[in-house]
Amino acid sequence: MKILVCISHVPDTTSKINFTDNNTQFDTNGVQFVINPNDEFGLTRAMWFKEKQGATVDVINVGGAETEPTLRKALAIGADNAIRVNTPATDGFQVAKQLANVAKEGGYDLIIAGRESIDYNGGMVPGMLAALLKANFVNTCIGIEVEGTEAKAVREIDGGKETVSAKLPLVIGGQKGLVEESDLRIPNMRGIMMARKKPLNVVEPVEVTVQTEAEKFEKPAPKGAVKLVDPDNLDELIQLLHTEAKVI
Amino acid sequence: MSVLVYIESEEGKFKKASLEVASYAKEVAQMLGTSVTGITFNADDVSELGTYGVDKVLKVNNSKLKDFNAEAYADAIKQAAEKEGTKVVVVSQSANSKYLAPLLAVHLNAGYASNVVSLPESGSPFVVKRTAFTNKAFSFTKIDTDVKIVGVSKNAFGLKESQGSATAEDFSPNLSEEDFSVNVISVDKAKDKVTIADAEIVVSGGRGLKGPENWGMIEDLAETLGAATACSKPVSDMGWRPHSEHVGQTGKPVASNLYIAIGISGAIQHLAGINSSKVKVVINNDPEAPFFKAADYGVVGDAFEIVPKLNEKLKEFKAKNA
Repeated sequence: MKILVCISHVPDTTSKINFTDNNTQFDTNGVQFVINPNDEFGLTRAMWFKEKQGATVDVINVGGAETEPTLRKALAIGADNAIRVNTPATDGFQVAKQLANVAKEGGYDLIIAGRESIDYNGGMVPGMLAALLKANFVNTCIGIEVEGTEAKAVREIDGGKETVSAKLPLVIGGQKGLVEESDLRIPNMRGIMMARKKPLNVVEPVEVTVQTEAEKFEKPAPKGAVKLVDPDNLDELIQLLHTEAKVI
Repeated sequence: MSVLVYIESEEGKFKKASLEVASYAKEVAQMLGTSVTGITFNADDVSELGTYGVDKVLKVNNSKLKDFNAEAYADAIKQAAEKEGTKVVVVSQSANSKYLAPLLAVHLNAGYASNVVSLPESGSPFVVKRTAFTNKAFSFTKIDTDVKIVGVSKNAFGLKESQGSATAEDFSPNLSEEDFSVNVISVDKAKDKVTIADAEIVVSGGRGLKGPENWGMIEDLAETLGAATACSKPVSDMGWRPHSEHVGQTGKPVASNLYIAIGISGAIQHLAGINSSKVKVVINNDPEAPFFKAADYGVVGDAFEIVPKLNEKLKEFKAKNA
């Protein structure tokens, strides 16, 4: 089986979010970048396939050279090859187009992308990629098994889950549940050493028509101070929620 | 030219989020000087939609579409959009809408903005405000394409009733075999349980509750309030509660009217995920817990004493105000 895992290079979940250039650019100053958590669950599931069923695992990212350490980390975790499409990621459609351009030549059976990146939260790359490749698609995927050319996937729905079947090639939008948090791997020294020797191919982008543009950013207004209620006076809390906040 | 809105229903009842996106579509239509067309799947009585601004309903009735199927639904919506000459399609941000919208975007060659929290300032340029960085920021996103798809966040716009009534028309899209290549084998859904996605109120517990055996009081409180139950990441990682209850940056987002956090310290990732909730209450014995900085109301004290007491008082309140 040939698996492609799409990796987004995102600020660590604890990052403080700030903007520069008149609020038009994300301020990367002092920000630690990581593999997008939703992608990391998918990558770890791909490792499971590699070890249990036999698979080659390629990882791909759309971005500038500064994203290479993130791809190297994926190689250190155990991916076989890395591909970087040499262009900044601008919107979900542009990323999906670049990924599709590489993936269509790759003969992948399974393509795993996170259901969304934790930075721009577009949630559109996996679906758009599937549509561009005319491959089957399962979103918010929390479980997947493959037998021959047939996949069985579990999808999270509002209030429960749904099991579906689909033929390969398949694209999934993955998330936690594909593997457990405790299954995530920290690269060991041997993995890191080996990752240095693994191929990281840089491919040039195709031209894509711009569909959406993030023109500027804004931070939420600062919050007013919390109103503290005495634990012996919970009636006051109920009154506040009823008459002031009007939520009960 | 009409604005097209995908209306979701479950067992014949329209989802509140869909009525909200219909209200949104109505205001966009007024801005563009056009009307609103809704598309429904296997819904019988669509008269309620008129109240929320829908002028015309395209009713798709097809037993093959009994289960949600992203590809087939997206194909049907695409054909409806083409028939109506639609320039703007509005969807909610339910799991199903988020599933089909990117497929629809490719099929319609449309730019798609998700997690939108406001109306566009004008029809041209079409700029919408959306949440980004998991609610730590907003992004003003311009959609450049001729056809546009807007995914409106739950609770961001609210329901707006209008005086109109909706006309209904049967609509039979041409669906191909490829539309049905992902097939549902089984659905596992808790009946009679409020989901985090639909809930007006969410009661959430953290590590401060010390163990899964103490969740009874969380469930009792949720039941009194008609709320969904949720939990913090460590709680789901330790297996005290199922992953489906994990809310936060890598879990589910929460956009309820009221979010009650019990024994949750308020890590930045957790706060990001629940930040879209309108009113936040924190109950925690540590007055230094970061959640107090993010909350509207707080009680400093022992959750094991406060929660059962609060539940009793709420029951009395509910009985009085029923």
